[in-house]
Amino acid sequence: MNAIQISDLTKYYGKTRGVTNLDLTVKKGECFGFIGPNGAGKSTTIRILTGLIRPTSGQAQVFDMDVTRAKEQILSCTGYLPSETAFYPGMTAKEILRFSAALRKKDCSERARQLCQRLDLHMDLRADRASLGNRKKIAIVCALQHDPDLLILDEPTSGLDPLIQREFFTILKERNAQGATIFLSSHVLSEIWHHCARAAVIREGRIVACGPVEALAQTRTKQITIHGDVDLDGLPDIRSLKKTNGLFSFFYDGDLNRLLSTLAAGNITDLSVSEPDLEEIFFHYYKDGGKKNDPSET
Amino acid sequence: MTLLRLELKQNIRSLAIWTLSIGVFLMVCVFMYPEMKNEMQDVSGIFSSMGTFSAAFGMDRLDLGALTGFYAVECGNILGIGGAFFAALLAVGALAKEESGRTAEFLLSHPVSRRQIVTWKLAAVLLQILLLNIIVFILPVTSVTLIGETVPWKEIGLLHLADFLVQIELACVCFGLSAFLRHNNAGLGLGIAAVLYFLNIIANISEQADFLKYLTPFGYAEGADILTDGCLNIEMVLLGMGWAVAGSAIAYWKYCGKDII
Repeated sequence: MNAIQISDLTKYYGKTRGVTNLDLTVKKGECFGFIGPNGAGKSTTIRILTGLIRPTSGQAQVFDMDVTRAKEQILSCTGYLPSETAFYPGMTAKEILRFSAALRKKDCSERARQLCQRLDLHMDLRADRASLGNRKKIAIVCALQHDPDLLILDEPTSGLDPLIQREFFTILKERNAQGATIFLSSHVLSEIWHHCARAAVIREGRIVACGPVEALAQTRTKQITIHGDVDLDGLPDIRSLKKTNGLFSFFYDGDLNRLLSTLAAGNITDLSVSEPDLEEIFFHYYKDGGKKNDPSET
Repeated sequence: MTLLRLELKQNIRSLAIWTLSIGVFLMVCVFMYPEMKNEMQDVSGIFSSMGTFSAAFGMDRLDLGALTGFYAVECGNILGIGGAFFAALLAVGALAKEESGRTAEFLLSHPVSRRQIVTWKLAAVLLQILLLNIIVFILPVTSVTLIGETVPWKEIGLLHLADFLVQIELACVCFGLSAFLRHNNAGLGLGIAAVLYFLNIIANISEQADFLKYLTPFGYAEGADILTDGCLNIEMVLLGMGWAVAGSAIAYWKYCGKDII
């Protein structure tokens, strides 16, 4: 059984594209990353999975249950953490957690207490007067306190300080080790890199890459830094060129022999060739779909 | 029940303010009656012969010097309008506030069906209207006994029942509208209540516009008609309740299929 199975999923908001012919599979028990630029369709996909919106066509299933027909059953075993959470005015964290547990017809008081302690959340805190980080903590406990089999997390660490972020991912790792599936949507690529085994990149409503995170991160792109004087005008496949006082810095994913020939024709005093950082690796998926580096799913 | 408790808790302050405002205002009017009774003997005839103005508010058919007539006018103004505004405001935001307050994602991420949400929210609206009307009935009835008058149970009961039904109908219609809205539109609710009130006034003034009484719930809550006939117009009440059922059904239909963005 797959935790999430999406087949040919399409959603239009009137004439505006949400997602188009989306196919995605998340295996039970894995930690899966979901990344993409703004407006790519990440939230649309998540909202279809959680039953907030209905697809235009196609199918989406969670634990072999159709999202349009078995919404309540799916949500009973799912913990959803939205990117922005608002709570009812006048309620404390304790009241919100109790309300959430009561809607699930479960007593989660002990688990809630443990999570609040680990995340340093005061249960008497008024949610409507709380900071972004504290509201996020309340939402995290709401999503986790009933020990769901599937966690759908949308930008889970926004607003959290580094210590709490670390504790949060420790909790996720424990839950994952116990068999929970984690579906993590985040703009923080290091989170995907460090915590997810597989990931999918969505762009303009379609999956442009999906597979093991290490494979997605493989790229021919190099970061080049040159001190000296060189004519780069005829060299294609250069991105983000910066020139200042004899210092040239750029990204290059073209023919290395041609690069070396061009550099040899110049007057180079120093040269540095390094691997780009994570943001740059995934940046090209955001910009041109990463078609050159699109490993097939294993 | 969890949702019902939440709704009642969230609205307790608003319910208390409206209930006390309407109830105390009615009580004050009743307390003023003994003094007005003597003066009314002189001016009652004038009030009833002011042409369309008298017809608009039913004063051409009511004896303002009698407690029942006086109460019918005051009840119609205070409970009729105040209660209608409360019901409309309460209902028009009942579903919409989840999206405008951005709590919809939190609520709908729980294993609660849209149907259950609509049911409990509608129940909360109707229960609050019931609570308001119970208290608003007790307060002025108490004040009638305090001024030494005999409580005209049938007349006061019918007047309050009529206004209660007006609020139910208005609430259900506005509740149906709430399913379509993504923002709490208080102006829309108040506007609907005000328009329906004025439709009844127009129906009172013009014989050619008498049909409007079938469009507005205030048509069967007209104090003069109730006291004259000694009962409510069942035909109009049933039509009004039909509008209420339609409004509720529309709420279920729309909200259960709506995209929550």
